[in-house]
Amino acid sequence: MASRLREIDKPLAGVVVTLAAYGLATLYSAGQTDVPTLVATIWQRQLVWLALGFLCAVVLFRVSPRLLEWATPFGYGIVAFLLFLTLLVGTGAGTAAATKSWLAIGGIRVGQPAELGKIAVILMLARWLAERREPAATLRQLLPACVIAGGPFLLVMLQPDLGSAIVYVAILFTMLFWAGTKPSLLLLLASPAIGLILAFSTVVWGAWIVLLFGLLLLWRPYVWEGLAVMLANVAMGVVALPFWRSLAPYQQNRLLAFLNPEVDPRATGWHVIQSKVAIGSGGLLGKGFTDGTQKRLAFLPAQHTDFIFSVVGEELGFVGVVAGLALFVALVLILCRIARRATDPYSSLCVFGIAGMLFTHILENIGMTVNLLPITGIPLPFFSYGGSFLLTCCLAVGISLRVAWESRQSGYAEL
Amino acid sequence: MKVFHPHLIDRRLRVARLAVWVTAIVLVLAFFRAQILGHGKYQLQSETNRLRPIPLPAPRGLIYDRHGQVIAENVPGYTVALLPGPEGSLRATLWRIASLVRLDSAAMERILARYRRAPYQPALVLPDAPFEIVSALEERRLTIPGLIIQTEPKRSYPDSTIAAHLVGYVGEVTEGERNTTRWAAVRLGGLVGKDGLEREYDDSLRGKDGVRFVEVSALGRMVREGGAAPTLDPIPGAPLHTSIDLDLQRFIAKRFPAGQRGAVVALNPNSGEILALYSAPGYDPNAFVGGVDPDYWRGLNENEAHPLLDRAIQARYPPGSTWKLGVAAMALKRGIVTFRTRMPIPCRGGLQYGNRFFRCWNAEGHGALTLSEAIAQSCDVYFYQLGLKLGLTSLLEDANEWGFRTRTNIDLPGEIPPEFPSGPEYYDRLYGPRRWTSAVSLNLAIGQGENAQTLVSMVRMYQMVAGDGRSRTPYVVRPVGAVPATTFDLGPDQLEGLRQALLAVVEQGTARGSRLRSLTIAGKTATAQNPHGPDHGWFIGFAPAEKPEIVVGAIIEFAQHGAAVAPLVTRIIARYLGADSIVADIRLLLPADTAPQSQQLLPGLAPRDSTSIDTIRTDTTRGVPPPRNR
Repeated sequence: MASRLREIDKPLAGVVVTLAAYGLATLYSAGQTDVPTLVATIWQRQLVWLALGFLCAVVLFRVSPRLLEWATPFGYGIVAFLLFLTLLVGTGAGTAAATKSWLAIGGIRVGQPAELGKIAVILMLARWLAERREPAATLRQLLPACVIAGGPFLLVMLQPDLGSAIVYVAILFTMLFWAGTKPSLLLLLASPAIGLILAFSTVVWGAWIVLLFGLLLLWRPYVWEGLAVMLANVAMGVVALPFWRSLAPYQQNRLLAFLNPEVDPRATGWHVIQSKVAIGSGGLLGKGFTDGTQKRLAFLPAQHTDFIFSVVGEELGFVGVVAGLALFVALVLILCRIARRATDPYSSLCVFGIAGMLFTHILENIGMTVNLLPITGIPLPFFSYGGSFLLTCCLAVGISLRVAWESRQSGYAEL
Repeated sequence: MKVFHPHLIDRRLRVARLAVWVTAIVLVLAFFRAQILGHGKYQLQSETNRLRPIPLPAPRGLIYDRHGQVIAENVPGYTVALLPGPEGSLRATLWRIASLVRLDSAAMERILARYRRAPYQPALVLPDAPFEIVSALEERRLTIPGLIIQTEPKRSYPDSTIAAHLVGYVGEVTEGERNTTRWAAVRLGGLVGKDGLEREYDDSLRGKDGVRFVEVSALGRMVREGGAAPTLDPIPGAPLHTSIDLDLQRFIAKRFPAGQRGAVVALNPNSGEILALYSAPGYDPNAFVGGVDPDYWRGLNENEAHPLLDRAIQARYPPGSTWKLGVAAMALKRGIVTFRTRMPIPCRGGLQYGNRFFRCWNAEGHGALTLSEAIAQSCDVYFYQLGLKLGLTSLLEDANEWGFRTRTNIDLPGEIPPEFPSGPEYYDRLYGPRRWTSAVSLNLAIGQGENAQTLVSMVRMYQMVAGDGRSRTPYVVRPVGAVPATTFDLGPDQLEGLRQALLAVVEQGTARGSRLRSLTIAGKTATAQNPHGPDHGWFIGFAPAEKPEIVVGAIIEFAQHGAAVAPLVTRIIARYLGADSIVADIRLLLPADTAPQSQQLLPGLAPRDSTSIDTIRTDTTRGVPPPRNR
């Protein structure tokens, strides 16, 4: 064990420990308010989760990638079952009380299977993609991968938890990319989603269809597939309106408020406006640790989960923000490096999938606090309070550390 | 394993790294924009979020009389307000405290309407809360979010109605006032002078409000009362030192016939400073502090006596015989007559002019009079002829030049100008060219006709005669620099002659009843014809006649005749000159003096037992003229 510890990937461990400490400190600050709050001592519970996560990471560090690969289908099956169960008996919590995201035993909320599902999907995709000898040439060959990610995606969408569902899509695309899928194919795969988004304007959507038609002529996929892509895009244009109407009002408002927070500054736009005010008022050096007024006086909503990075921005200023961003960038780049040096495709795909997942969370969560991206309540790794996601991150780190250790053991020298 | 060839994988790694770096740069730029470029804006927004300004009203400057007695002061009062928040929660809080602070729904709506006008200021619930309510609220402070109880200086007028028209009152600034440059700097809900000295000298009395900040949470609850942000202390208003003699003012108010309408102006003829200015009926300026009670306000406005009207400067009356002094002065100035001049037609009770007979007030006639006698007797026939001799053009010219058409510019708000023809063309417009005769000058010569003067305007003319012949702008607060004065080319002997003629009015003329033993009071009565009821009575007098120190003018509506006003004025003058203590002194010094005659010194004053001298007021310590017995 001692020798293993010495052989551990120190940059990754160092960055993760620093991030966890930074996150815990921020969470402690998030609980320091002038108004009575339930989150005052939440950092202690997060500490417990962190300890648990550390154990998980240690366990997974001990697990060989081969064993993991073998166990993957079982894990995936269990998570799929839990997601299904969540739909039947799930409960809501906190800001999303109306959704069914939580599994509860005897009234005590245990966790959000959607978070564990991310790891399960990564492992399952890695297993399937690692077995391909050739990169996929047709959309049809991508179909099993789409089903692997699409199943949990649909189950999560039905909760409904749009934010987590988007992460599944992002995982799918990053892993397909890492598996060498042609960009043109990825674009065709993504085209129905693009068509759905562009359907807000008939003119733009029409232009997109024409462009897609041109691309299809250029890339010349199979006729059936080209036809299917076209049909899917047209169908998206048709269902866009019913789909919009089927969204819950809070989801609609979030998207509208992203486009213009001032539409409804007291209600939906409130989050974005107050988050930006908190960040902007922080200035270069911030208002001082635990002294953010926006947070202290409860102007900043969800300061311990979704908008925890706003607390960093308000209290530690631009300097704290850049430090945090640098740590996150380092984390993702280190994971990319580990994926590059992995001994086998399965390990490589696993680590890159993990990097993609974390990157998506970081981009979406931080981007939303400065209104670069619409609000989807997904947590910030190692910062946001939440046991399930913290465990997921720790599991991911455990796997990554093992993969790094493996490549070092196999004599993968420094480049 | 072809797809995981190191060469291919390195290419993908470069793409991935590029994506990470681009994303990181975009995020850093976004934060740079918000935190560095937009810092000021968001900083302000964050401070606006958490800080609620609470105005600290500046204490208004005190108003003093000439001897340092307080006319207007500040006493501590409590205001109850609620921190601004959503209107719904404000309404809910109001409902909760309604029974405590005794609010009805109408008052609640008024509070909310006012809050809507100034949504970032505390909503004022009670501008002047009694102590029981304040302590009741304090006990329940925890259950009333956003409650602000503040001690604020409250305006108080110790003498209430006595100096109401003079000092005026304060009230909340109106929208209209805030749109003027003068009051543009006053915050919504701030207090400004509404009338009298309070309004005239509001700029210096008002001071500058301060502000303190309290910190609130997102739910509008107060989190921290002090120390959230630096407090800006209010700058108190500057004190105002007036020329008013508060004792005299009180005396006038006490002596003014109860229930009567009218006004009294007393001033110093040698400077133009107002010593007292009283109008009856009055009102209580204290009732306006903290918002006037609607019933009281309606009562004031619906009262047919119009208590808010300052009859000294805001009401016009036909000047009647008081005007004759002016006509005499004009004729003397132009050298048309001397004091010994007699008119061609002696008074036989009237004068036939054209096809009309102009009566004298004395149907028995005065006979042939000199100018001095005519002033003393107030003979109309004499002045008819003097008016004709002077001529309409000269009469109008001089009267206009002497300011009988313009405001006196006394430093009190709302003074109205007197009414007087601007020239002969006035009659052309009124009757048509050539449709009128010089008979109009007969009326004008005796103070009738197209002539209505304010009390202060007439008092100013008597001030000119009583003083050194210069007409001074009356003032309550000594202006910076010289007091504007106009001279009218009357020689000292002419002024002396006019004073002697007026002395004869009190000594032996129509005001005989008020002749004082110890003082030489000169003055003129008048009866102004009132088409709506009993005539108004005037009396304007000054004393001591040889070197006047005070001019007092009074008008009492429906007093029938000026002779009824004269006792009031003579008492005021006697009081000012310390004559009541003189009486005591005389008695003290000359115990052998004939006691029964003493009541004649001060008519109307209850004759005193000579043994009760030690009870006589001792506050008349000012320099008194030597007693004169005639």
